[in-house]
Amino acid sequence: MLWLGVAYLAALGALFITSLWGQNDFTGEIERVWSFDNYRQLWEIPVYRTIAFRTIGIAALVTVVDAVLAFPIALYMAKVASPRVRRLLVIAVLMPLWASYLVKAYAWRGMFSQGGLIDWLGGPFGVSSPGYGLIATIVTLAYLWFPYMVLPIYAGLERVPDSLFEASGDLGAGSLTTIRRIVLPMAFPAVVAGSIFTFSLTLGDYIAVTIVGGAKQLIGTVVYANVGAANNLPFAAAFATVPVVVMLIYLAAVRRTGALESL
Amino acid sequence: MIIDARLKLVLRVLTGLVLLVVYVPLALVVINSFNTDRTFTWPPSGLTLHWWNAAWNSAGARDALLVSVEVALLATVIALTLGTLAGMALRRTRFFGRNVVSLLIILPIALPGIVTGIALNNAFRTMLDIELGFLTIVVAHATFCIVTVFNNVLARLQRLGPSLEQASADLGAGPLTTFRLVTFPMLRSALLAGALLAFGLSFDEIVVTTFTAGPEVQTLPIWIFQNLFRPNQAPVVNVVAAVLVLLSTIPIYLAQRLSDDVASGSAGAAH
Repeated sequence: MLWLGVAYLAALGALFITSLWGQNDFTGEIERVWSFDNYRQLWEIPVYRTIAFRTIGIAALVTVVDAVLAFPIALYMAKVASPRVRRLLVIAVLMPLWASYLVKAYAWRGMFSQGGLIDWLGGPFGVSSPGYGLIATIVTLAYLWFPYMVLPIYAGLERVPDSLFEASGDLGAGSLTTIRRIVLPMAFPAVVAGSIFTFSLTLGDYIAVTIVGGAKQLIGTVVYANVGAANNLPFAAAFATVPVVVMLIYLAAVRRTGALESL
Repeated sequence: MIIDARLKLVLRVLTGLVLLVVYVPLALVVINSFNTDRTFTWPPSGLTLHWWNAAWNSAGARDALLVSVEVALLATVIALTLGTLAGMALRRTRFFGRNVVSLLIILPIALPGIVTGIALNNAFRTMLDIELGFLTIVVAHATFCIVTVFNNVLARLQRLGPSLEQASADLGAGPLTTFRLVTFPMLRSALLAGALLAFGLSFDEIVVTTFTAGPEVQTLPIWIFQNLFRPNQAPVVNVVAAVLVLLSTIPIYLAQRLSDDVASGSAGAAH
């Protein structure tokens, strides 16, 4: 019954073992020689280090963008909207989640294209589309993972009792002060819960990056290139452990905020 | 009032703006599928139904759609069976490593898709020596679909408690009869919700699929991805994308109906 689970764990373990093997430069065959060469390469070749840090940086930026955009809409849904509007908003936020991931990334390729909608909208203001690159990547990824951030924050804010708002108001605080001193600290675990999704999903992505990222490489595209064209599975395996390790560190760090319980 | 009027207005405007940004790209895809021009230029130079006709006759797109539906159905069936069994097992028994098992089931969806993808790719190719193809996609999809069914089943079982099943056993029903007449009807809407999610996940999946599909088999997302960068295929891709956007309203509608059922069902139980 739990065969699949066990098989999956075995596959992960085997992946790690493979990352310790080498590859013959001439034949491309995998050589079962134990070494940390792949990991040393990762650290010593500056390109890979840059790519790893760039990926983590983008993941962080995407998370911040999503959190900033998601908070007001979640607050509106949880505390201002009437039950009927709230229901409609939940559907409106969820709908894009069912639309194909690929189609959404593709849609942004259309937005950022030369002579596309962004060019047309920005034209009168002298703004032109930044083209395919890091900015397009961040926007697209933030767009893709947006519902994963809204829903946990919305659930978290719904749990903040109205009486706290009233108590804070009675004590003389304005709405903004209440949000800053009462609501934000209480919603923080929910934001962190959402950030786990946005962070993890960004670290592993390579499709959206290929579609709107232009020539910029992230961890995902390097791993993909090494499994496919270069056929260097051991190196790909070694690089793929980077997001896993980053995620484990991140999860360990956020455990104390209580975010894991509110997932 | 708990939030003053000015802030409410600001929140309302922000919400409207964000939703606008959410839906404009999707609308753009639909409009572009009627664009006479082959590129993404805005505004469209003219409108035509020509590409819809071309897409309907595109053998590649149709084959890929068929494969996607087949894979999603099979993966959903496997996920339903294994997810339900795992959910029931983990509720009943408190064995050592119970938490480890539930972590194991969640792991394929918690880790980045690319990691799951190459782990399975490595397992199929180098460990098990299996040719990549249709079946490997199904197994891979089932691996990460189990969690959706499992979560729904476990949540439902824990909410309802064992008393109804105990009553059934007291009245002389065997375990199979109890499952058929008591447990399964209790689980039905949870199973439907899990299956809907599993089908949606599988139908849309591309990352794990790229690593577990052989060169001959194409699911719809893989077909789109491969034709995305070919300028003369762009209009057909536009149409397929538009169709997928329009289709995505169906599961939303179903999910909404389902949650209504659950809500009225539990309200009925409370009477």
